[in-house]
Amino acid sequence: MNGIQLSFQEALPPLSPDEALTEANRCLFCFDAPCIRVCPTRIDIPSFIRKIATGNLRGSARVIMESNPLGATCARVCPVEALCEGGCVYNAQERPPIQIGQLQRHATDWLIASGETTFVAGPDNGKSVACIGSGPSSLAAAVRLREWGYAVTLYEAKPQGGGLDTYGIVSFRLPVEISLAEVGLVERMGAIFRYNTRVGTDIPLDDLLKQHDAVFVGVGLGQPASPGLPGEDLPGVRDTLPFIEETKSRPLDTLSVGRDVLVIGAGNSAIDAATAAGRLGAELVTIVYRRSEEEIPCYGFEFEFAKQEGVRFQWLTAPKRILGSDKVEGLECVRTRLGEPDAKGRRRPEEVPGSTFTIPADMIIKATGQGPDNSFLSHLGLHLKGPDRLAADRETGATSHPRIFAGGDIVDGRESATVVAVVAMGLRAAAGLDKSLGSPRGAGAIPIARPKTVIRRSASR
Amino acid sequence: MIQDPSSSTVDLTCNVAGIRSPNPFWLASAPPTNSGDQVMRAFDYGWGGAVWKTLGDPIIIVSSRLGGLHWRNQRLMGLNNIELITDRPLETNLREIREVKKRYPKQALIVSLMVESRREAWHDIVKRSQDTGADGLELNFGCPHGMSERGMGAAVGQVPEYACQITEWVKEVATIPVLVKLTPNVADIRYPARAATKGGADGLSLINTINSLMGVDLKTLKVMPNVRGKSSHGGYCGPAVKPIALNMLSRIAADPETARMPISGIGGIATWQDAAEFLLLGASGVQVCTAAMHHGYRIVEDMIEGLENYMRANGWRTLADLKGKALTQVEDWGNLDLNYKLVARIDADTCIRCNLCHVACEDGAHQCISPAMPQDDGRVLAPVVDETECVGCNLCSLICPVDGCITMTEIDTGKTPESWRQWQQRLGAGASLEDHPGMISGH
Repeated sequence: MNGIQLSFQEALPPLSPDEALTEANRCLFCFDAPCIRVCPTRIDIPSFIRKIATGNLRGSARVIMESNPLGATCARVCPVEALCEGGCVYNAQERPPIQIGQLQRHATDWLIASGETTFVAGPDNGKSVACIGSGPSSLAAAVRLREWGYAVTLYEAKPQGGGLDTYGIVSFRLPVEISLAEVGLVERMGAIFRYNTRVGTDIPLDDLLKQHDAVFVGVGLGQPASPGLPGEDLPGVRDTLPFIEETKSRPLDTLSVGRDVLVIGAGNSAIDAATAAGRLGAELVTIVYRRSEEEIPCYGFEFEFAKQEGVRFQWLTAPKRILGSDKVEGLECVRTRLGEPDAKGRRRPEEVPGSTFTIPADMIIKATGQGPDNSFLSHLGLHLKGPDRLAADRETGATSHPRIFAGGDIVDGRESATVVAVVAMGLRAAAGLDKSLGSPRGAGAIPIARPKTVIRRSASR
Repeated sequence: MIQDPSSSTVDLTCNVAGIRSPNPFWLASAPPTNSGDQVMRAFDYGWGGAVWKTLGDPIIIVSSRLGGLHWRNQRLMGLNNIELITDRPLETNLREIREVKKRYPKQALIVSLMVESRREAWHDIVKRSQDTGADGLELNFGCPHGMSERGMGAAVGQVPEYACQITEWVKEVATIPVLVKLTPNVADIRYPARAATKGGADGLSLINTINSLMGVDLKTLKVMPNVRGKSSHGGYCGPAVKPIALNMLSRIAADPETARMPISGIGGIATWQDAAEFLLLGASGVQVCTAAMHHGYRIVEDMIEGLENYMRANGWRTLADLKGKALTQVEDWGNLDLNYKLVARIDADTCIRCNLCHVACEDGAHQCISPAMPQDDGRVLAPVVDETECVGCNLCSLICPVDGCITMTEIDTGKTPESWRQWQQRLGAGASLEDHPGMISGH
């Protein structure tokens, strides 16, 4: 393994069996534990930790995967400081909370390594469901539906399953193999994956509605939201998701990266792009952000990670124009200052007149968020919420079409959306869909998450 | 479709002396089984059975009843109590037992009993208890405090003749299985076990709590637990007592006079692993108290699942498949092979150079581990065992903080196995003292 390959191995080492046992025995096994209440999928955390302590790793993994079928991915990418670990009672004593994410990883890694599964398909109920997309929301829905005996087919535009888990999160945070292992567990339950099949292009929605009793839409947000700068077409200008996808799907030593890399935007994907560029060999990586450190939209641990990786931050700077003749040479920017709060309560950046300046760069990565595939949205012909999200019931995933349900970022793609949140949406939609097809099981099995206020940068570990 | 390995069936159905339960996990007679509401909740959590907190003439109990032993950062390594039998009216308990049994026909409901040592008193309470529909009786000959001063509990269990006599009285009228619960506060557990067997008991439960005094608060000088400036010895239980219980269990299970007695194992069981050890040493089922008092009834879920997974991994389908599987190894010391030799081996790669093995061996064992050696080039060589001096005592491997770093490895001595007994026979037949088995330390 060469240096670049090494640097794309998972950054956080796993707990050794000894460390896991020690940490598991620190857990107080609280009753009606606060860590459960802040988990969007309501994993019985004290129970799975106690099972680690008693050496019942199979049972531990079962408890996790039963509530969250993407338990191995979430163990790695969940913003635990804002969720379970933020809820741990030890915080009240100002002691370090239990490393719930790392313990969850310990148990689910055991499951993957064992080759066992905790998913059991239910007896065939004669009904069939199509999932559009095979990202975390669709996978979660598929697991639940297979457990209830539905035939499930997942239509995936890409050659592999897992959606953003497989293609959109840097491998030093989430290795591809972990995401694919979870896809494999769903395949083992008998769910059918139609890869390289884009609904709306390769197969029309009407066909799905004819072939299946119901359809779940979990396509996520795949299209970059362009910042709309002159010069975006210049060679050396990249969108963040295709850039990250390359680092996960192509040999690392065949990838090119600039020496001076600018990343526009400061969300979690921007951090992924910036740190990946650094690990690929960029000498200087700078994040350009219109607001200040106080308003940074990424998670606190992501911000800390970027700083540790040597990423620089150019605060209060709005990009105006990408410079260069036949390739990128720099970014023309203007200084900003913060004015009145906007509707979300974040202070609005205002440009400072006459403050134009240029940052030299030979690569610019645009990470200003993602939007939906609008042609797909219009193909669905469903009611929308706002300009470009599907309108779907929060409890049941029901859309304006009686046989179409939806979940994941296509329904609620706020910046704070997490894998665990879209898993919960997929599970709720599966229950809603199930009920709509006449099942006596109640919908809304998981209560809507009441996440605590996200405490930014609270835990500088 | 791939068959899920978890679907191969494991049957936890349990039978202790004719008392059947869906799994081997019973709650022991103690505060968690004090009332119908508690026992029903426990059954809802999955407990296979419950032994109702001991019935008798209701008594008055002191306030401040429990003392805990915390060790390092872990709470309740040991728990002691000066609580006594039930303080609820007999009628109330009997009514609730009847009601619980009606609502939970599958779970085992056992009534623990302790009354004054009169035949009529025992006859009366046995009849009234079995009238409730309960599945079995447990005679509490074990309580080491309070009740023993009134001639009951351990005062009976410590005198084999009394234990036998009362068991006989009970069996005169009992129509359901009778377990005798033994006190560990005796010199040799086999005597009361034999007495109960002779008296006609259908099975044994052990151990009850061990006499103990929990400690002194160094700031206030109060002895714990404290009742208006005074304390008293009480019954000790919890994880710390497990090895004592396992010994007594195996002694009885291996004793020819009691080997056929079904045993309900008790003493420090907190996890499925603890329970498995009791079963492997001959128990038919187990009882749990301290762990349920610490974390609630919910602990039974992992006990059931963990035991099922363990049995499945070993290809065992029923409890009979593992019952007593380790018992044949328990022997008198005189039958152990003196020509078996182990030595410690230290894995230099995982060793963290703490030197704990060196100092433990140097001061507490046989001076055969040299300390870690700093080198001129900055490396530190790991401690090394002198295998010719090592007696294979295990101490270093027990105190080593790194799992798997020190392994005890068998060395071929070239000698055929010989126990102390066999050697004594050989000496009797004229062998020379010089021609002894094993090795004798040179210093």
